[in-house]
Amino acid sequence: MATGEPLIVLDKVNKWFGPLHVLDDVSLSVGKGEVVVVIGPSGSGKSTLCRTINRLEPINDGTITFDGQPLPAEGRALAKLRSEVGMVFQSFNLFAHKTILENVTLGPVKVRKEKPAAARERGLALLDRVGIANQADKYPAQLSGGQQQRAAIARALAMQPKAMLFDEPTSALDPEMVGEVLDVMTSLASEGMTMVVVTHEMGFARHAANRVIFMADGQLVEDAPPTEFFANPRSERARDFLSKILTH
Amino acid sequence: MSVLIDKFDVFAGGFWLTLQICVLAAVGALILGAVLAVLRISPVPPLRAVGTAYVNIFRNMPLTVVMFFAAFGLPALGSNADFLRIPVLDSLFTRLGTDLPYFRFALIALVLYTAAFVCEALRSGVNAVPPGQAEAARSLGLTFGQNLRHVVLPQSWKASVVPLGSVIIAMIKNSALVGFFGVVGDLSQSADQLTSAEGYAFIPVAIGISIGYLIMTVPLGALLDRLEKRQAVAR
Repeated sequence: MATGEPLIVLDKVNKWFGPLHVLDDVSLSVGKGEVVVVIGPSGSGKSTLCRTINRLEPINDGTITFDGQPLPAEGRALAKLRSEVGMVFQSFNLFAHKTILENVTLGPVKVRKEKPAAARERGLALLDRVGIANQADKYPAQLSGGQQQRAAIARALAMQPKAMLFDEPTSALDPEMVGEVLDVMTSLASEGMTMVVVTHEMGFARHAANRVIFMADGQLVEDAPPTEFFANPRSERARDFLSKILTH
Repeated sequence: MSVLIDKFDVFAGGFWLTLQICVLAAVGALILGAVLAVLRISPVPPLRAVGTAYVNIFRNMPLTVVMFFAAFGLPALGSNADFLRIPVLDSLFTRLGTDLPYFRFALIALVLYTAAFVCEALRSGVNAVPPGQAEAARSLGLTFGQNLRHVVLPQSWKASVVPLGSVIIAMIKNSALVGFFGVVGDLSQSADQLTSAEGYAFIPVAIGISIGYLIMTVPLGALLDRLEKRQAVAR
């Protein structure tokens, strides 16, 4: 799966929110086709890490490169980079005033200047792929959480991104809807999409990830294949975290 | 009360002139206010600073003072505000094209002052849009302008329309000041003319001009109520 050629590289990244050191010298490399799952207690900086990769959060120190290019400053170059990195949010963030299909075609038409008819056709195919083609003309508020999140994944995929970032994609979902979203993510992973996934779904981490990153207090504490990490965590923090979440 | 009938043409003329200045000032203030709002939410810090400075100055200064600056400051700078003598428009709004500049000065003051409030009403609408909407748009690679146009502004409109209406109603009432800055023949200056120069009793004249202002402001208020109710249903 992983070719080893790095697509996303973070080098000694530091970020502060005021006095709070949310990212503390984080270095990480994600290869093409690799699926990296980021776990850790809340407040550990894992969401922030995910959001720095497309510069939704600017960093204070260090470098981030995507596909060999350092992240550009705010402007057209950054917009272009963001169009190549799909992002899926915890709260879906579908455009509330647009239908599901319009949500999926907005980026291709306005950013990629695709013909509306072509974008529409591909959009419908993507909605079909995530299993909600019959919801295309509804508005986001009319869909269940799971359907909305699948629409959001289709919206990101419509840009044909080189990598996908998932920021706790199932945390806002009712339990019975988690599976349908994870299924879509698992199939994406098996097709070789490069993915960085911040999640609390340990099952997904076990079976879909190539590597598990464990973060605590803004630091990258462990970086290991899932089997190794879950069977034999090296750090005290990771052992403590796993014991807390796996006992129930 | 016979003054209302005897001098109906004066009231009607005053109404017409006040309506003209209000329409022009509203259009001007909406345009300038929208530009200022874009500056204030721009990702570029110097542009934000310009927008913020403008709002701080014009929102916090009495309109009377702004009027003074327009009526005395512009001539001191050698300007008769002739750029407002816009062809075609000045045949519809004849006072724009007159040699006496006071209508234009008053219009400038009203626009500059009201635009600060328009800017803030629009911005409050933008702030009412959940930040995730703009984040999602940025993540797709939409530029700042595309983000505003396709994602943020269409959703902010709903939250802006009611405060915006209040700003325009306040502006219509504020236009009563223009008569004291050289504009002859608007509603309130007509009242002044009728009472002090022609000796009519004050109260009937005041009732007459009140009706004139209410004809402009009440329907606008009713329209806003309707828009608000429609939104409530849509939600």
